Amino acid sequence: MSLTRPVTAVAREHVVTPRRGLGRFLRPGTLYLLLILGGIVFGFPFYWLVIGSLKDQTQYNQFPPTWIPNPVHWQNYSTLFQLLPFGQFLVNSAIITFFVVIGTVASSALVGYAFARLRAPGRGILFGLLLGTIILPSEITIVPTFIIFAKLQWINTFRPLIVPAFFGDAFSIFLVRQFFQSIPRELDEAAMLDGAGYFRIFWNIFVPNSWPILATVAIFAFINTWSDFFTPLIYLNNLSKMTGAVGLAFLNVEHGGGSSQVTLQVMLAGSLIVMLPMLVVFLVLQRYFVKAITLTGMK
Amino acid sequence: MTRLERREAIAFYLFASPWILGFLIWTLGPMLASLYLSFTNYDLFTPPQWVGLQNYTGLLTSDGEFRSAMFNTFYFVIIGLPVNLVLALATALLLNERLRGITFFRGLYYVPTLVPAVASGVLWISLFDPQYGVLDAILRVFHLPSIDWLADPNWIKPAIIITLLWGVGGGMIIYLAGLQNIPEQLYESAKIDGAGAWSRFFHVTLPLLTPTILFEVIIGLIGFFQIFDQIYVLTYNHPGEESITFMYYLFQTAFGSETNQMGYASAQAWIFFVIVMAATFLVFKTSARWVFYEGARQ
Repeated sequence: MSLTRPVTAVAREHVVTPRRGLGRFLRPGTLYLLLILGGIVFGFPFYWLVIGSLKDQTQYNQFPPTWIPNPVHWQNYSTLFQLLPFGQFLVNSAIITFFVVIGTVASSALVGYAFARLRAPGRGILFGLLLGTIILPSEITIVPTFIIFAKLQWINTFRPLIVPAFFGDAFSIFLVRQFFQSIPRELDEAAMLDGAGYFRIFWNIFVPNSWPILATVAIFAFINTWSDFFTPLIYLNNLSKMTGAVGLAFLNVEHGGGSSQVTLQVMLAGSLIVMLPMLVVFLVLQRYFVKAITLTGMK
Repeated sequence: MTRLERREAIAFYLFASPWILGFLIWTLGPMLASLYLSFTNYDLFTPPQWVGLQNYTGLLTSDGEFRSAMFNTFYFVIIGLPVNLVLALATALLLNERLRGITFFRGLYYVPTLVPAVASGVLWISLFDPQYGVLDAILRVFHLPSIDWLADPNWIKPAIIITLLWGVGGGMIIYLAGLQNIPEQLYESAKIDGAGAWSRFFHVTLPLLTPTILFEVIIGLIGFFQIFDQIYVLTYNHPGEESITFMYYLFQTAFGSETNQMGYASAQAWIFFVIVMAATFLVFKTSARWVFYEGARQ
């Protein structure tokens, strides 16, 4: 298993060779038709979400559906924030995500450097273990890990979610290691002749030359942590500590229980609030996302 | 070992120490602990009581809920995963075209994967609504009977697979990267040799894509074996025997009920671990026969 250099999905677009791939079978018109149909399937739920969150009960219960709510019913959002402290939830998610990103990037860079450059007895075995943990299903460690945090009295704190990130994530370490190996050895050898130690070499040569991979690791940590549901669900059950996802799921159970206040429109408003930070970050950093994701295309 | 070599080895262990410690604290230690706990009864408060194989025999012979969880989980892996893989490849082939505006479509197809599972679950509850949902509106247009997707035991699993397919863009973008790594010359020479479009797809594209397919199968296996979020949200934390999954049952056993049955949950985890590892091993083992490595090397 080896990893390629950054492969961008966009890089070769300017080359014009019209008839390749599916284009060998289908005309451009048919292709566009398929693309647009798919676009509707993937995009329509977002439109449904936005309009649904702006409807009152009568508008919601219409058939055929109301496509543009009039009047716009903003109250669903104020109801949402009255029912539960969603502002606090988002702040909690942001705090946890911030520290997990810092912890993952820092530890993965350090460990990635060790595996990419430093020779030591036992390194091969450790690297094998590292690869093994990438595909290790997490349920096997959940129960004892929970017991550790319960004994430490860390339930209902952010620590069970943040602290493990500082011990490195196997997949991120692997990505960093592959990237570091592509940095020419002459650079560290020259620095070593100048008397630089391993940490100086790591800090002055590897880190500054590796921002694409470090950004990739950061983006993955961000996506995974913001979306994570299982871990915060078992560690955070106090209303003031919940993350956006846990708070929304909590409200959803109320909704399912038939609460008259928690309408489906309020739930849709909550759904939009929880996903919005991810979508905004994606739109702003779109190029880096595509780069980051395609970078993991292993061969 | 020379002085320099020793210095380098010490540096290695210092730099790698976060992960080595993490491996011992968060992986190896807990794995051994859960193996031990799986032979005990443990509720977090009173010391664990050794019960031998009782947890395992109970799970495998007389626990109907565990059997349902197993069945449903295998349903998702056996039906959901292949559908997901094929659809991901199909969309990747479509989005690999060099057409005007293709970047926009790539973004659009990819965005749903970024929606947190809980948020997407809530959205799909609304789309699946048997009275006012969109799917129902479509059925009505074709004069088909409406389906209560989430309450009907026959439809809940397909419904969950549909919500997962909305996020097919995650797999798609990796296929896309794989497709873009296939050298154009191979198509040219195949063409010169008289290969038709189908023949080029089956003899150039597909073989060169097999390493990517293997990667996606492995990642997909683990993901589909661990389905949890969608179950929790779409059943309002009350899955029935037709929707409970392995991960949900473990969650309920260890953390969900009033008593934390840590021993019983650990036995579940180990049974499942063995199954997932066996499936992964099987895929790797057969991959020698269907994964084409030669041409993928650049």
